[in-house]
Amino acid sequence: MPKDEKSKEFSRRKFLKSGLAVGAGTFIGGGLLSSCSKASNITEEKKTEMIKLLTTDGRIVEVEKTKTYPVTPSEPTVGDEARKGIPGRKFVMVIDLSRCANAGKCTSNCQSGHKLDPGQEYMSVHLMKDHKYNDPYWFPKNCYHCDNPSCVKVCPVGATFKRSDGCVLIDVDRCIGCKFCISACPYSARIFNWKERINELKAENAEDEDKKQFSPETSLPAQMGTVTKCDFCPDMSRQGKLPYCVTGCPMGAIYFGDENEDAISNGTETLRFKQTLKEKAGYRYLEELGTQPRVYYLPPVNKSFPYEVGLKDLTDEQKLKYKNILDKS
Amino acid sequence: MNTVNKEYKEILGDFLPSLGKPDRKWITTIIVLLMIIGIGLLAFVYQVIEGQVVTGMRDHVVLAVYIVNFIFFIGLSYAGALIAGVFHLAGINWGRPLLRMLEIVTLTSLIVGPIFILVCIGRPERFLYMFLYARIQSPLIWDVIAIVSDLFFCIVYLNFTYIKDFAKLRDCSELKVSNWRKKLYTIFSWGYNNTKAQEKLLNQALNIMAAIIIPTSIIAYSLLAWLFGMNQRVGWHNSIFAPYFVLTAVYSGIAILILIMWYYRKYFKLEKYITKEHFNYLGFTLLILSLFYGYFSFSEYITSWYNSQKTESILLSKFWDFSEYGTMFIFSNVFAAIIPIIIIAFPKFRSINSITITSALILIALWFKRYLIVVPSLETPYIPIQDTRMEWVHYSATWVEWLVTLAGVAFFVLVFVIMSKLAPIIPVSEMEEKARGIRFF
Repeated sequence: MPKDEKSKEFSRRKFLKSGLAVGAGTFIGGGLLSSCSKASNITEEKKTEMIKLLTTDGRIVEVEKTKTYPVTPSEPTVGDEARKGIPGRKFVMVIDLSRCANAGKCTSNCQSGHKLDPGQEYMSVHLMKDHKYNDPYWFPKNCYHCDNPSCVKVCPVGATFKRSDGCVLIDVDRCIGCKFCISACPYSARIFNWKERINELKAENAEDEDKKQFSPETSLPAQMGTVTKCDFCPDMSRQGKLPYCVTGCPMGAIYFGDENEDAISNGTETLRFKQTLKEKAGYRYLEELGTQPRVYYLPPVNKSFPYEVGLKDLTDEQKLKYKNILDKS
Repeated sequence: MNTVNKEYKEILGDFLPSLGKPDRKWITTIIVLLMIIGIGLLAFVYQVIEGQVVTGMRDHVVLAVYIVNFIFFIGLSYAGALIAGVFHLAGINWGRPLLRMLEIVTLTSLIVGPIFILVCIGRPERFLYMFLYARIQSPLIWDVIAIVSDLFFCIVYLNFTYIKDFAKLRDCSELKVSNWRKKLYTIFSWGYNNTKAQEKLLNQALNIMAAIIIPTSIIAYSLLAWLFGMNQRVGWHNSIFAPYFVLTAVYSGIAILILIMWYYRKYFKLEKYITKEHFNYLGFTLLILSLFYGYFSFSEYITSWYNSQKTESILLSKFWDFSEYGTMFIFSNVFAAIIPIIIIAFPKFRSINSITITSALILIALWFKRYLIVVPSLETPYIPIQDTRMEWVHYSATWVEWLVTLAGVAFFVLVFVIMSKLAPIIPVSEMEEKARGIRFF
């Protein structure tokens, strides 16, 4: 087994590339790997074509090609099944603040993917300034899918829940719309369907959407009078795709991946999750609240663009949004 | 059959005209109140059909006037129970004429309060899920349990306090009322015939219920405070909240009691039973409570001001800012913490009318205090709101919310009007015991 750095790097890339293409589905984390270890014992004798795979603990194993099979994308789960989570997964997100230039594509791509109305944002971009000497920076914010979620704690009916794969999701068939989860969330991540969604109504007529049963994994179809929020797109993960915000971002600022695999990707580049956080001083927003978010930030150092770039395309009215920060700088 | 003694007849006699056939004025009142409730109901139906977009609530301020009303009415209710329980257990003789008003306040507001939760939730038709899928970890479920058990205790207690009077009305031949009312008296007096054994049993039961109701209401209102206190939100996450809420509840309870006393004294000619002494005693209670209230408010604000943590100082700056909540802040503190001291402490200003007006101001100030707890805190999240839509940044209630609120108040008054038609607003048997100098404790 080759162990030098170069081939290690190569094999990881190769794996992730094929892994993402084939489908980061249900079995990669658990089932496939257990079959991998069995397979690797046999390979020494028979000289069939081998492929290299990366295990969740960072080891490289060789597997007989014929013993592997592509994971078929699975359908988003519904009902109580949706409370279980994708086995072996532990989704994380890393947002590189040095790359964000407020293009707003994460927001709009997510909005069209989730059929949100204009103004409804699962992912929103804030302008932040921590103290008077630091430069303002753009701060994309979605649901942090906390490991100690305040929203799940206060829900009176168990409509919002934490899954084994890290996602905090909402079952709108259960939600009574009391909105206490919205007030409990310190990150203002949750939004409410104040009225019937216009966009969805249009889509409904086109595709007969209303016959579909609600899936917490897609957050669709939405219901008026219930709470909704970023769902970490587990339905996309099932198809081996990245979430809408990640694919939308032209700067590649948003990385999504799996803590168990220790890999994150922004679509063009794949990094090691823990190493990236270690080397680039990754942090979690408002760590002191003890909510343990699953979304990490890389600090806005050596920014690719000055923050003004993000203001260029905005109308004067839109600029008013960031008045509290712009007045200070 | 018991013999009707003289004093009781005298007391009951004072009330018989008000219990008899409803006059035109009474019917008009009922119709007007029902109309207000009907309009509120229509507004609610409109909200259900169109969605809560018709309210002023948006993604940041998700709980507003409805929840303020909820806290307000539940506060009145717990206070009523608490004060009635204390009056009864401590055998405070001068408080006896006020017992029934307190108990009706308790029950009525305990029914009105939760209605506002029902109005506030986005899916009222799923209200039963709170029982079906209840998660005991949720502060909202603590509150549901507290309210349901409190409602149960209060209904039982209220009925116990009515038993003697209902028995008397049942046996009173001079009272000319329709048959269904006589039947009602018969059912809810549970065969009480004023025998020695029954009287002893009933008084024991009343003592036990009063003893249960005092801690229940303290626990229940603390749980309501923790509905907010348990959230990681600046302005809510505060250890003083439970005692503060209990105190403001009792404070508002005394204030509404004074208002009701004043109304019945004036329009039912009850000067004989509700005297200036009552106003003075309750006024002094208000005075003490206003001092406590000022003390609690001061310690709440001073602790968050002194260290000037970032989000907390943003919240506090909204209270000093007159374009934000400055006026409301001044109003709620001046009228609940300062004015009562001036009016009541100096004999020169102290009169039945001035105490009543102060009480009304206290009630309004305390409503605004709850508003200041709920709304500005929601407008001040850790991540500052960045939005161009004004209604997303700054909450203001819409006509729908006001109409529903008004309907709630009308319902409160309606129950009072009906209850005082059903039985004397002054507990006749309690007065009779007072006259005979009987104490069962």
